[in-house]
Amino acid sequence: MMQIPNVAEKWTGAVKEVTIGATKEEGGTRGKTVTIGGTNSLPFMDFDGKPGHKPVIALDVYDTPPEDWPEPLLKHYEDVVNNPANWAKKCADEYGADLICLKLDGIHPDKGNKSAGETINTVKSILEAVDIPLIIWGCENDERDNEILPKVSEAAKGERCLIGGATQGNYKTITAVCLADGHNLITQAPVDINIGKQINILVTDLGFPNDRIVMFQTTGALGYGIEYCYSIHERGRIAALSGDRQMSTPVICDVGHESWRAKESKASDSEAPQWGSFANRGIMWEAITAVTLIQSGVDIIRMNHPEAVSIVKKHIEKLT
Amino acid sequence: MITIAERINGMFLDVKRAIKEKNASVIHELAKRQTEAGATYLDINVGTAAADQHDAMRWLVETTQEAVKTPLAIDSQKLDVVKAGLEVAKNKVMINSSQGEPEALDIYIPLAQEHNAALICLTMNKDGVPQDVDTRVEIAATIVSKVLEHGMDMDKVFIDPIILPVNVDKKQPGYMLEVFSQIKLLSDPQPHITVGLSNFSQGTKEKSLLNRTMLIMAVAAGLDTALLDVLDQDLMDAGICAEMILNKQIYSDSFLKAARS
Repeated sequence: MMQIPNVAEKWTGAVKEVTIGATKEEGGTRGKTVTIGGTNSLPFMDFDGKPGHKPVIALDVYDTPPEDWPEPLLKHYEDVVNNPANWAKKCADEYGADLICLKLDGIHPDKGNKSAGETINTVKSILEAVDIPLIIWGCENDERDNEILPKVSEAAKGERCLIGGATQGNYKTITAVCLADGHNLITQAPVDINIGKQINILVTDLGFPNDRIVMFQTTGALGYGIEYCYSIHERGRIAALSGDRQMSTPVICDVGHESWRAKESKASDSEAPQWGSFANRGIMWEAITAVTLIQSGVDIIRMNHPEAVSIVKKHIEKLT
Repeated sequence: MITIAERINGMFLDVKRAIKEKNASVIHELAKRQTEAGATYLDINVGTAAADQHDAMRWLVETTQEAVKTPLAIDSQKLDVVKAGLEVAKNKVMINSSQGEPEALDIYIPLAQEHNAALICLTMNKDGVPQDVDTRVEIAATIVSKVLEHGMDMDKVFIDPIILPVNVDKKQPGYMLEVFSQIKLLSDPQPHITVGLSNFSQGTKEKSLLNRTMLIMAVAAGLDTALLDVLDQDLMDAGICAEMILNKQIYSDSFLKAARS
């Protein structure tokens, strides 16, 4: 019988491992840490090489109650939206979060303009309420982020958080404070692979180690540019595996927020009777966006709805 | 692009003198400068003038390794001089080179496998260097089939179709581009394709410009590695640009720097 040839793809590069969170022994207070990356093969092509660490799920917690969440999502958080610490605890204890992603929308001048003191208290209360690692994400207003994030970073020093995002136009302050306080850094690009690579070069030029970087290409949900996002993740991952060191960092995507602002998730039964049940539509939108992007090579998925989380977790288990 | 830096070669007078006087600092300096310029491998060639080529090869390899950890390309047409270099090589290594005859390949391929080395195979046989496309491709096919027969990893094989000086025969550069395109199709995964680029401009004026232009055209035709002057920054930049244009590297504003990191 003819021998079946070995068609395994041999890659020369690998995705860097990044560890988020620090235990007591490591100078933090976390009960668990999360390590991502480490693969030297395309997602779930385990016969080509090492699969690396499984994708993990970060559940979003906001420092200010979300204004535009539709009822099928909001009902799972109604009791905690005014208390980020309880919100985080619910995500960790009931909804299976691997990490908490604290989104600091409240520091934005249009959404509350919260002070550094208030924000530090919020961060500390979450670190006390849960023992899983923390992602801290600014409000994407450069001025406010540059004012608040350094103080927040210092308050969480030693916890090895993941803090974002450094953009091509605004990266120096956040890179310097993450470097000084021992945190990991999110580098952010506007669905643009060239800028994604450039921002990684810029922050490493400042001396930031590239095994503490997680890349973020602004996510597009199903129906809202997911194919652009998918191809960029895929192209970036292939470059990383082919030895492009600047692209060899793990990737985070923002599935929850992007899926739940889609009109398909928001339109009620009476507004869109032909689209199927309002109660399930958003969950499916979020789950499908996540499972699609998982195939493109992502390491952290930011999510919102507990049922979508459960679907995606089962899917990851099945594939690994 | 995989670059093999050409300067540690006894054909250059400073290296020839350094070998004769056992002057390590000249070699250290060349090893460091070429490594900083982005060399993937450092070619090590004792030239023809050394009294004892084995001794000279051992000294060059050991001296280079004192300065850098860059992989070395042990370059000699004499098997026992290659072996002398391999014996003392500590870093990742390449053998430069075997001829393309089956008898030679049966010796060099197992030698490369034994040392976990990459191997440059020239498309020349006992009749010398072919002057046409077909004979070069035919010898390349012999090389590929011998590599498969010995079970050597194709990623470690570098086929060199031997580029001739542009002022010798004006048809040759066009032939080379055709040969590159055809060698690419011989197997999947394909072997690397390499040339000794400086040979192309030997005896001409405007050497740097000729090398640069040929490199770009060659990369477009499938060349992915070359023995060249890595200290010629314009040449290295041209190679990086060509690969970026072919989408082998993702563009960023700092792509030249990224390619060197």
